[in-house]
Amino acid sequence: MNISRRQFIKSAAAQSAVAAAAVLFPGVSFGAWKNLDPSSGGIEWKKTPCRFCGTGCGLLVGVSENRAVAVKGDPNCSVNKGLCCVKGYHSIQILYGKDRVTEALVRKNGKLVEVPIEEALDLVAEKMKETIKDYGKDAVAIYGSGQWSIPDGYAASKLFKGCIGTNNVEANARLCMASAVTGFLTSFGLDEPMGCYDDIDHADIFITWGNNMAEMHPVLFSRMLANRQSKRHVKIIDFATRTTRTSQAADKSILFRPQTDLAVANAICHEIIRNDWVNWDFVTNHVSFHKGKTNIGYGTEDHFKFTDKEETVDFESYKEFLQDYTPEKVEKISGVPAKDIKYMASLYGDPDKKITSFWCMGMNQHTRGTWINNLVYNIHLLVGKISTPGNSPFSLTGQPSACGTVREVGTLTHKLPHGVVMNEKDRELAAKIWTVPVENIDPKPTYHTVEMFRALDRGDIRFMWVQVTNPMVTMPNLNRYRNGAQKDGRFMVVSEIYPTPTYDVADVVLPSALWVEREGFFGNSERRTQHNEQIIPTPGNTMCNTWQLIEVARRLGYEKQFPWSRETYIEDIWNEYTQFHDNPKHRMAPYNELKARSGIQWPFIDGLETKWRYNPKYDPAAESDSFDFYGKPDHRAWIWLRPYEPAAESPDGEYPFWLNTGRVLEHWHTGSMTRRVPILHKAVPESYVEINPDDAANLGITNGSKVKVSSRRGSVVMKASINGRGRPPKGMVFVPFFDESYLINEVTLDAFCPISKQPDYKKCAVKLERV
Amino acid sequence: MPVFSYLAYPKQGAREQLINDLAALDYCEVAPAQNEEILILVTDTPDEKKEKVLQKKLRKLKSLESLAMTFGHTDE
Repeated sequence: MNISRRQFIKSAAAQSAVAAAAVLFPGVSFGAWKNLDPSSGGIEWKKTPCRFCGTGCGLLVGVSENRAVAVKGDPNCSVNKGLCCVKGYHSIQILYGKDRVTEALVRKNGKLVEVPIEEALDLVAEKMKETIKDYGKDAVAIYGSGQWSIPDGYAASKLFKGCIGTNNVEANARLCMASAVTGFLTSFGLDEPMGCYDDIDHADIFITWGNNMAEMHPVLFSRMLANRQSKRHVKIIDFATRTTRTSQAADKSILFRPQTDLAVANAICHEIIRNDWVNWDFVTNHVSFHKGKTNIGYGTEDHFKFTDKEETVDFESYKEFLQDYTPEKVEKISGVPAKDIKYMASLYGDPDKKITSFWCMGMNQHTRGTWINNLVYNIHLLVGKISTPGNSPFSLTGQPSACGTVREVGTLTHKLPHGVVMNEKDRELAAKIWTVPVENIDPKPTYHTVEMFRALDRGDIRFMWVQVTNPMVTMPNLNRYRNGAQKDGRFMVVSEIYPTPTYDVADVVLPSALWVEREGFFGNSERRTQHNEQIIPTPGNTMCNTWQLIEVARRLGYEKQFPWSRETYIEDIWNEYTQFHDNPKHRMAPYNELKARSGIQWPFIDGLETKWRYNPKYDPAAESDSFDFYGKPDHRAWIWLRPYEPAAESPDGEYPFWLNTGRVLEHWHTGSMTRRVPILHKAVPESYVEINPDDAANLGITNGSKVKVSSRRGSVVMKASINGRGRPPKGMVFVPFFDESYLINEVTLDAFCPISKQPDYKKCAVKLERV
Repeated sequence: MPVFSYLAYPKQGAREQLINDLAALDYCEVAPAQNEEILILVTDTPDEKKEKVLQKKLRKLKSLESLAMTFGHTDE
């Protein structure tokens, strides 16, 4: 059968509708629908992971005459089983925006002008050399993202940490999941979830902690709904600060005041102990108790330093600590009725119910982000509901390779591909694999993301290379950092695909190949590594980000460390990188296996994936008869005594509203790609401020009218949305950050969790004025 | 040449009427769910002008409760 491109698009349209119907009505059947199967007719299907959120859906991209013409879900990918969300179905259109950057640009006399890419690469290398000579190695930095393909991050780490010898390597994942990492490390000693998405099929109860999965992880949410549809006893509880589409689909919606999730989590544990729902066998054999520092600050000042101090305590100390968190006391702090706290405790405490907790930015973008991660683990550990199918504390990640690249390769200032720069053995391993003198690798971390941009503003950093991210939209307290990037004596290199506010501050723009225009790997939220081959040609003079780094590295004299050919460099990098993880706790699948399959979970041992870590039934690295939390020296998971502490900035008489920021279903992060897809743009054409109807009435604000949202740092004027898709409680407003025309991060506060250094984009104080 | 797909919700008791109404319109293909009160509508109009005319006709259908767009392609 030969079919036209048009029939093909119609088929994709029909499949999109079927998928959307399946989300809303699990089990819905369209048996009579004629099958417009476009599997033949000169169109070739190639697998790739989706390049938007951290779910890691498998896609099949249809290619005709070197052009991506259609998308469908990959039925062989266990993540999405053939489903896609609206972004996935429109994903190939991000490749073909009219203003795609396809040539290198250099700023001359204040204007960006096209130059041959070789000239731009020469200039980047020359400026790096000059900056290092004049200001030292720690004056150059690279800032990437969780959308970096694994080889991008690996090449960046090797060049900056191994060759140049600076730890000025950070990624926007610091803004996205750093608290999840420090939560895992402090509770389990190893990063990333113990469970997997199969937990969704096994759980009886789901609790979403500040996590609007219906919009942010819609395919996983549809799997939850399908489970509930097939088993009547399954329940979804949405525990959040605002009412969302997730709340509307949940069996119960419970709202809490911002920051008080800390108190509620402790109150749930208080109730579990009071009712003797503790799994004593599990706790006695697999858990230890610890406390750290309190009143730990918020990092709003330059050069802020914090180091936690751990102290081992016993169960009785923990029980005594929880006396401050009776449901009745916590009701006063959180606004959550004591009966609802007791209800949630009873769900966790019921030995016959399997329970999965999901969270993402609500818990991670939090000035006590590490603590709230610890506290949710505490709940699961007290009742022993962990590392078994359906029992899972599950930290979802936001970006397609925040786990695969930033967390596993380690593109953060303190990290190496295996371990941390502070550890001598880890430095020795890295030096050996990288063929550099061990003295090259500096044992001292430099700047986390917020401090890196402060250093740029101060002039401690003079050269910054930004790849695959848009910090001139996403940095909190943005005015300071945009001004810093534009100061005299700063040199900004931006690898980009479209003009953005970050492109606007660039001295050099390198045109990047995007997604399926180059070969690469992503790693999703459930430890799944996914390979994509280059499916279509690169447009114009665009170049893969990895190859840009290799070109500059060679110009800096590191030919020996970057010897690979253009034909095989991705495979060669994979083979070098995986030497770092060649152990039973983290072994990665070989290149050919990844190329053939729709993703493989690590640890990959003897040809088998590991679905549940720390449980010897599923994890070959677990050496005990029962659970083995082998990340910690005592082989136990750690329960932490972490108190409730208030937010860095709370509403007051002058600024009486909480500001909460986030995303919408249709747009990816700063919208630089999805706003160029006409249909997605039309669906949500501009940002807005959600206001509670009572607050709006009190201020005389009507739906669609202009409102000025101001904080102590900045202001933005935008349209009001009242009773839209989200509804904040009285005293809170919500603004999505996808629209560069309304820079809400000029309003937000650059306070962060002192342990993870992740900023809190969910809480600061603002006022509203009708315009 | 716009192509769109929608989930179409009929007014109460008007499922069969909506199927007939949509099937009677040019550039429309309709597929009813077998086990839910919901239909899939795929539209394929030759140009923006005809798309606007079709949108007006859809808005006037008395058997239609609402449309939720699930996919869109234009040649922009």
